[in-house]
Amino acid sequence: MIAAIEPSWYLIVSALLFSIGAFGLLVRRNPLVMFMCIELMLNAANLTFVAVATKFVGNDVVRDINGQTAVFFVLVVAAAEVVVGLGILVSILRRRPGANADDLAELKG
Amino acid sequence: MIAATDATIIEYIVFFAASLMMLGGALGVILFKNPVHAALGMVLTLFGVAVHFVAQEAHFLAAVQVIVYAGAIVVLFLFVIMLLGVDKSADLSVEPIKIQRPLAGVMAVGLFGLIVAAVAKAGGALTENNVAPPGRELLTDDAFNGDSNIQRLGQNLYNDHVFAFELTSVLLIVAVAGTVLLTRKWPRGMEMENSK
Repeated sequence: MIAAIEPSWYLIVSALLFSIGAFGLLVRRNPLVMFMCIELMLNAANLTFVAVATKFVGNDVVRDINGQTAVFFVLVVAAAEVVVGLGILVSILRRRPGANADDLAELKG
Repeated sequence: MIAATDATIIEYIVFFAASLMMLGGALGVILFKNPVHAALGMVLTLFGVAVHFVAQEAHFLAAVQVIVYAGAIVVLFLFVIMLLGVDKSADLSVEPIKIQRPLAGVMAVGLFGLIVAAVAKAGGALTENNVAPPGRELLTDDAFNGDSNIQRLGQNLYNDHVFAFELTSVLLIVAVAGTVLLTRKWPRGMEMENSK
């Protein structure tokens, strides 16, 4: 008899996903790919929310739906963030095609 | 007993397949040189997360994950990649700042270790805590009278979190208006006063 899958497994998998996203965010220079890495980290957080909202106690599933509502809000914030970020990116890259994250020091005082 | 074990084995297969999809896609995002391929790797990750959501009976979120993330956000990414023509491969072999990658690796491994340590410390609380948090009742399947996931989510959203829900509409309209302002090409003579 094998044990059922526990929420902590999901937490560990999402920790892996979050670490990969953070590593990519630090290493990659293409701003678009950096945004994708932020999306990966947001998804890891979403998976954590759902995993903690769903607790397996024996054969009963005990749920707290608030965790899933939090994921809903994270989705909205992610969509808004992508829209604004890509808008900034489009207006920067229109003026300086092929710029990467190292070139974008314009905001530096 | 055998049926239960079979179900558990299938749960295991689903868990590991979805995790493999998710982590493989994530590695694709950070390793592919071409941004288009990275975006497709992200689709794989998002589908893996959606399968995890289904496995945890968050059916509505799984559907939203596929429609909003894999449908809208990835398409937005691909649209911007194509619009700007930045779909040429980056050279990942050059390292502009020498020590950056080792340090990033140390940070990522440290972060992972930290979270795993926290999970290990929380261990019992995550599985054996059968006590409702203060001020809230413990909800089991019977308590919902067969309400589906989406019904419960909707009731929770529009009862407990209705103010936050209204605020998200403000957030979205501000984001859209700001983006239009940022990316619009102003005709000559109509530029914003403080642009340049």
